[in-house]
Amino acid sequence: MTKGKVTSIIANLITVEVDGTVGQNEICYILHNQVRLMSEVIKIIGKTAYIQVFESTRGIKIGSDVEFTGQMLELTLGPGLLSRNYDGLQNDLDKLTGNFLKRGEYAYPLDEKKKYDFKPLVSEGDMLQAADWLGEVKENWIDHKIMVPFKYEGKGKVKSIAAEGSYTINETVAVLEDENGQTTEVTMVQKWPVKVAVTQYRNKPRPGILLQTGVRAIDTFNPMTEGGTGFIPGPFGAGKTVLQHAIAKNADADLIIVTACGERANEVVEIFTEFPELEDPRTGRKLQERTTIVCNTSNMPVAAREASVYVGMTLAEYYRAMGLKVLLLADSTSRWAQALREMSNRLEELPGPDAFPMDLSAIIANFYARAGYVVLNNGSSGSVTFIGTVSPAGGNLKEPVTESTRKVARCFYALAQKRADAKRYPAIEPIDSYSKYLEYPEFDRFAEDNICKGWVAMVQKSKDFVRRGAEAYDQINILGDDAVPIDYHVQYWKSEVIDFIILQQDAFDDIDQNSPIKRQRYMLEKVLFICDSEFDFQDFEEVSSFFKKAINLLKQMNYSRFESDEFVNYEKELDAFLTEKKI
Amino acid sequence: MVKTKAFQKIYTKLSQITKATCTLEASGIGYEEMALVDGRPAQVVKIFKNMVTLQIFPGTEGISTNAEVIFLGRPPVIKVSESLAGRFFSAYGDPIDGGPEIDGEEREIGGPSLNPVRRKQPSELIATGIAGIDLNNTLVTGQKIPFFADPDQPYNQVLAEVALRADADKIILGGMGLSNDDFLFFKDKFTNAGALDKIISFINTTENPPVERLLVPDMALTAAEFFAAEKNEKVLVLLTDMTLYADALAIVSNKMDQIPSKDSMPGSLYSDLAKVYEKAAQFPEGGSITIIAVTTLNEGDITHAIPDNTGYITEGQLFLRRDTDVGKVIVDPFRSLSRLKQLVIGKKTREDHPQVMNAGVRLFADAMNSRTKKENGFDLTEYDERCLAFALDYSREILAIDVNVSVDEMLDTGWKLFARHFKRHEVGIRDDLMNKYWKGE
Repeated sequence: MTKGKVTSIIANLITVEVDGTVGQNEICYILHNQVRLMSEVIKIIGKTAYIQVFESTRGIKIGSDVEFTGQMLELTLGPGLLSRNYDGLQNDLDKLTGNFLKRGEYAYPLDEKKKYDFKPLVSEGDMLQAADWLGEVKENWIDHKIMVPFKYEGKGKVKSIAAEGSYTINETVAVLEDENGQTTEVTMVQKWPVKVAVTQYRNKPRPGILLQTGVRAIDTFNPMTEGGTGFIPGPFGAGKTVLQHAIAKNADADLIIVTACGERANEVVEIFTEFPELEDPRTGRKLQERTTIVCNTSNMPVAAREASVYVGMTLAEYYRAMGLKVLLLADSTSRWAQALREMSNRLEELPGPDAFPMDLSAIIANFYARAGYVVLNNGSSGSVTFIGTVSPAGGNLKEPVTESTRKVARCFYALAQKRADAKRYPAIEPIDSYSKYLEYPEFDRFAEDNICKGWVAMVQKSKDFVRRGAEAYDQINILGDDAVPIDYHVQYWKSEVIDFIILQQDAFDDIDQNSPIKRQRYMLEKVLFICDSEFDFQDFEEVSSFFKKAINLLKQMNYSRFESDEFVNYEKELDAFLTEKKI
Repeated sequence: MVKTKAFQKIYTKLSQITKATCTLEASGIGYEEMALVDGRPAQVVKIFKNMVTLQIFPGTEGISTNAEVIFLGRPPVIKVSESLAGRFFSAYGDPIDGGPEIDGEEREIGGPSLNPVRRKQPSELIATGIAGIDLNNTLVTGQKIPFFADPDQPYNQVLAEVALRADADKIILGGMGLSNDDFLFFKDKFTNAGALDKIISFINTTENPPVERLLVPDMALTAAEFFAAEKNEKVLVLLTDMTLYADALAIVSNKMDQIPSKDSMPGSLYSDLAKVYEKAAQFPEGGSITIIAVTTLNEGDITHAIPDNTGYITEGQLFLRRDTDVGKVIVDPFRSLSRLKQLVIGKKTREDHPQVMNAGVRLFADAMNSRTKKENGFDLTEYDERCLAFALDYSREILAIDVNVSVDEMLDTGWKLFARHFKRHEVGIRDDLMNKYWKGE
C-alpha cells in the first residue's frame, strides 16, 4: 500500500508527500502517538495529496507517517444496523469507552458474535445478479434480506446455499459462480462506498403514493410521497427540528434514518431518550426498533459532517433494496454545505456565492437524486423518501443552499418567522409552501382510490380560501375594520378556521400530535363545510366572536380521541352552534 | 502557565511578521503547540514544510525579526483543582487577583467532545424568579442560551442576577472584552452576595489585547468540565460578550488570508461557536454545565452572521426590550425562546404551565395587533381595548425583569389576568384545565 509523510498542516487540512499511487476520496490514516487518525484524500497534485482529517489535528507534526488504504469511505452493511447510534463515519457510539470521544478510537458497526436465523430464498443453480435476495434473517421485526453484494458484476449461479439455521454475520451463507467459473463467497456483510449511489434496481417510476407523516400541514396541504423529496428551510426558532422529530415519530415508513448533521447534541439526546420509550403508532413496537441514528453534532469533527449525510443515504438505499419503505431525515443540510465551504476555503479554491464552493448545487442535486421510489429486479418495490432541513443564514431564502435545494426538491415546506412568533406551529407558511406531487396524476389517482373522491380538488379549494383570507386581511389592515364590507371579515375568518384547525397542530399533545389521513379527511370536510356555508351577521365584531367560538370547539375536537364520545359531543355542540347562524 | 523549561531550543530568526502572526523556520513542532515569542504567548496555527506560523496573542507590536522564540511542546493548558474557586484569572489562566498560583493537574483546553450517547437529557429546571424567563422561556440545566441584547441594555446586570438566583454549585465567568467597570460590577456583585467562594472568573478586559479573548471560553469551559464531569457539580458558565469573541476570530482569520464569508466573518464561524456552546451538557453522573451567554447586537439586527449562527447553535435566545408603556425592561415574549422548556414545563412545574404560557403570549400578540390598529388611527373594538389593558398588566406583572416570584405564583398571576380581561372562550385553553383553574365567570 502507498505510504506518505505529512508536509503541511492548516486546521484539518493536511498535505502528504506520497510514494505511490493514490486515489481521489481514498481513505488514509495519519499515525500520531500510536493513534491512527482517519482522513480522506480530497485533492491530488503530483506527489502531494491533500487530505481532510476526520479528527482534531492537534499535535500532529511534519514528517508523521501516513498509510493509505486503497479504499474509499465504505459502509459495512449487514443485519444489526437498525436501532444503532452511529457517528458520521459509522462508528457505533455505544461501543466507544468513556464519556468523551477519544481521538482515533473507532468501533465496528455490527455485532460479529450475534447469531442470526438464516432462511434461504434461493436454490442451487439459480442465476442471480447484484442486490438479488439470497435469504433473509429477522432484524427486530423486519425481514432483513441477505443480498448478492451490490458490487457483484454480471450474473452468477448459486453453487451452494446455506441451510436454514443460525449463523454469524461473517459466515459464508452462499457461494456464487460466474460464467468464467470464478467463485465468490457471500456472507451477511457487504461493503459499499458512501459517495456512490446504489442503482441495482429495475427502474425508478414517478412517485405517487402518499407517505403519511401525521402532520396535517403536510399530508393534507402539501403531501409527501413514498420516494419523494422535500426540504424544510427556516430561520432558527421556527421549529425545523420539532417538525422533523414529529415526522420521525409518526411517519408511515418501515424504517427511519435520522442524520443529525452539525446540529445540537441535545436534540439527538432527545431522540436517544424518547425513541426507546415511544410507540410506533403503526406497529405498537418501540420507535427505536425502526430507527437508526447517524449523528455528527456541531462540535464533532467538521470533515465527518459531510460523510454523515452520505452514510445516512447509503443505509437508506441498502434497506430500500430489501423492498422497504425508508424515510431519511437530515438536519441540517446547511451544516453539510458549510463543512464543504470550510474545506474549499482552506484549499484556496475560487469561491462561489457567499464563499460556498462553485459546485455546491451539483453536489446537492446529486444527493437528492439518490432518493426515490424503485422497482427492484424481482418486481417488488422500495423507496427512500428524503426530507432535509435547511438553515438559511439570517432566515433569508435567497442564499445558495436554499436556492440549490429548491431546484431539486419536490416539496418545499417554508417555515415562517412570523408564524413562529405568533406561536402558530408548525410554522409552515401555507401560501409559499408547495408540493409538486399535488400536480402528479399518479398522486391524484392514489388519492381518489385511497383518501376520497375529489381529494386534490378539495385541497386546492382550501388553499384558495387561505389565499383569499390573506388578501382580505391585508384590506382590513389597510382600510380598517369598519371601512370594509362584512364579507371581508367573513373571508378572513374562514381562512383562520383552516389555519387553526388544519394547519396548526400541537406537536406536544398526545392526541393532536399525530393525525392519520382518515381523520385529516374528516376534519377537512368539516372545515370546508363551514367555509362553504353562508352566515348571517350584523356587524364585524359578531363575525370574529362567532368564528372564535367555532374554532374553539373544533380545536377541542382536535384534542379529543377521534370518534370518541368526547369528540362526538364537541361536534354536536359545534353543529348546533353553526345551525343557529347559518342561512 | 507560560514558563519555559531548561535547555529548550531558542529560535531567533523570524521570516515574516503580520499584525497578529509571525512565521519562522522550525522543525519537530506539533500543530496547536504553544510558544513564547519574546516572552509573549503564541500558538501554532499553520505549518507548511519547515515554516511554522504562530499567532501571537498579545499582538506583534515591537516584535523584531530576531525575537526569541521558544516552543513549549504542548497545547494551551490550565491547572485544575478545587482551589480555583473564588479566584480571578487572566485569559492565560494566570491569577490576576494577587493570590498564589494554582496547584493542580494540567489539562489541555479545548479538549475532546462528549460522546452524544453518554449525554443525559436535561431535565432540571433552573429557577430565576424572573417570570419572563421561568414562565415563558424556562431554563434547564445543560442548556446553552444567550441574551441577544443591544449594547445599551442592562444585560450584564440581568446576567449577574440570574447567576446569583440560580441554584448552582459553581459559577464560572468568562469575560471577553469586558469593560473594566463591568468587571468591577461583577466582582462587587458577587462579593456582596457572599457568593465569591463558588465563583471562578477568567477575564479579558478591553484593556487587554483582543486576540487573547480566544482563550477565555476554552479556559472557562475546561474548568467547568473539571467540576461538572469529575466532581459531579452543577456548573453555570457565563460568557460575555460572545460578539467580541467572534470579532477576534475574524481578526485572526483575516490575518491568515482566509476568504471571509458573510459579514466578514470566517467561514468556520458556525463550527467555532458550536465548539464553545456544545460544551454545555448534562453528564450521566449528575453534574451539568449550563451556559448563559451574551451576544450584543448591532441595532437589534439578528440577521448578522454572529447572532444568526449563534441562534442556530444555542437552545433558544432571550431578548430584552424596554416597554415604554410600563416604563420597564421586559423579556420580549415573541422573540425569546427556550428550546428545552418542553422538558420541564408541565412536568417539573404545574400541569397548566404550557397552556397558560401559550395563551398569555397569544393574547399579548393580539394586543400588539390592536396597538398597531390604534397607531394607524383605526377604531378599536371592545376586544382590542381589553387586549391593550391586558398587555399593560401582563408586561408589569409577568414580563418585567424586576419580577421575582415562584413558578406557581406566575401561573396564578396568569389565570388572574386572563379572568380579569377575557371571556372563557377567548382564552383558548383545553377544557379540563379551564374547569380546574379558570377564575372568571
